[in-house]
Amino acid sequence: MKLTNRSKVVSNKEMSIAEKLYLPGIAKGLAITLKHSFQKPVTTKYPEQKREFSPIYRGWHVLKRDEAGAERCTACGLCAVACPAEAITMEAAERKKGEEHLYREEKYAAVYEINMLRCIFCGLCEEACPKEAIFLTDRIVDAEMNRNTMIYGKDKLVEAIDNRVDVSKRQTPAVAEFKKDKFHTHNQTWQDRLNAGHDSDHH
Amino acid sequence: MLSTVLIYKALIALGVFAVSLVIAMYSTYGERKIAAFIQDRVGPDRAGPWGILQPLADGGKMFLKEELIPGIANKWLFILGPSISMFVANISSVVIPWARPMVMEDGSTFHFQVSDINIGVLYVFGVVSIGVYGIMIGGWASNNKYSLLGTLRASSQMISYELAMGLSLVALIMTTGSLSLNDIVEKQDADFCNFVYQPLGFLIFIICAFAECNRAPFDLPESESELVGGYHTEFTSMKLGFYLFAEYINMFASSALMATLYFGGYHFPFENELIPSLGENGVRILGFVLLMGKIIFFIFLFMWVRWTIPRFRYDQLMNLGWKSLLPLSILNLVLTGIIMAFTEGWLKF
Repeated sequence: MKLTNRSKVVSNKEMSIAEKLYLPGIAKGLAITLKHSFQKPVTTKYPEQKREFSPIYRGWHVLKRDEAGAERCTACGLCAVACPAEAITMEAAERKKGEEHLYREEKYAAVYEINMLRCIFCGLCEEACPKEAIFLTDRIVDAEMNRNTMIYGKDKLVEAIDNRVDVSKRQTPAVAEFKKDKFHTHNQTWQDRLNAGHDSDHH
Repeated sequence: MLSTVLIYKALIALGVFAVSLVIAMYSTYGERKIAAFIQDRVGPDRAGPWGILQPLADGGKMFLKEELIPGIANKWLFILGPSISMFVANISSVVIPWARPMVMEDGSTFHFQVSDINIGVLYVFGVVSIGVYGIMIGGWASNNKYSLLGTLRASSQMISYELAMGLSLVALIMTTGSLSLNDIVEKQDADFCNFVYQPLGFLIFIICAFAECNRAPFDLPESESELVGGYHTEFTSMKLGFYLFAEYINMFASSALMATLYFGGYHFPFENELIPSLGENGVRILGFVLLMGKIIFFIFLFMWVRWTIPRFRYDQLMNLGWKSLLPLSILNLVLTGIIMAFTEGWLKF
């Protein structure tokens, strides 16, 4: 059975004199390597030149805030459960009165750590997250000399309010369309909810 | 008078030493660059412009690495091995004539050869066959199975290929009638270069030179993929550096030898026509430059072949050496003799 068009039938016939001499074969090989030495190198000179990333490159995670700047993560732990490398740990805490602008829901992650040495960047945490809180981005995790500094806490994971990380490339058009629906609590900020009252969940 | 001669010879020796070290140093850079170009890469380009300081960085690294002598190794032999390799590699280029003796206006003559031994070819052979001891002693003293296997391969390979190499040179010496490298070079001035008379001999010589230098496709003694590092598995720091460096110096020396024996040394075609415009000494300097060019071409050939041909299997190596090259070199010898006997005068032998 022929699986590809590249397969070749191997024969065990006696070698001809030219083949036994090796020299024509060697000359052919030398010609090939010489030809290659004049071809353009395929090297990307990394620190100066960066290779183009795929739009869904999976690198350094980000913990998103909503439009009003409140952290989306509710410390449900689904990402930690989904993680095949067991790289994620978290500690939940209850939101105090007056912290509504900091955390979206009553529960939030007081500690959220990803061990970047364990992480295999599969993206299952992102897939498991019901709150659109964790995304993998195209930022590269730095190499470091120390194991301890490779455990990234909230200081390195949560995005800065004034310097948001764009993850729109990782969302399908259907998701982008859904996020415009402001009647859904999932898409409301704490201010939206204050304005609409607490019984606004139509869905 | 004697002291002037001594000082002059010492300077020439120092010059040859320095040139062979610098060329060997930049061969390592060239090797990596050529490997890169052949594999569509860029190669070292970080240390200095185009990476030309890379050999200095490599050398500095070698010196700064931890020096380690295994507890079960024979300490003195362990140190002796790389020392012999390095020493032998350096002394083999002593007999090479680098340029035609220059005659100054006041009549004084300058020879550009450390020593004109009348048995130059024999000297080279003697030195090359000592080279195997460096590898053998070092590998044996390491007390390591990989080293031992590499050593076994190295010694059997070098001894096997020395035979064919020697016989191919005997044919050359028959046509020249002298063992002195000076005479061999001067003879190629009047006639064509020896390659025209001894193409088969040259082919055998170059293949054997590859094997003697332990270069691919004959790099079985160190074959990283099966024997870790072969004879230098246990070596660290500059002792390893000496082994690796000796290989490059050997390459330079055998390239110089090939250029001298088969490609006219410092002679080049139509040099006599250039004397009126360049002057006697100008032609000699040009000859030296061209000799360096030939040497660099052969060094390039060594590398080009290394990055093209895969390594021989051990039995293939032995078959090639004993069943192909040795009979071929004997055939070459007999043919040369017959042709010399029948065409005396015609081929100007």
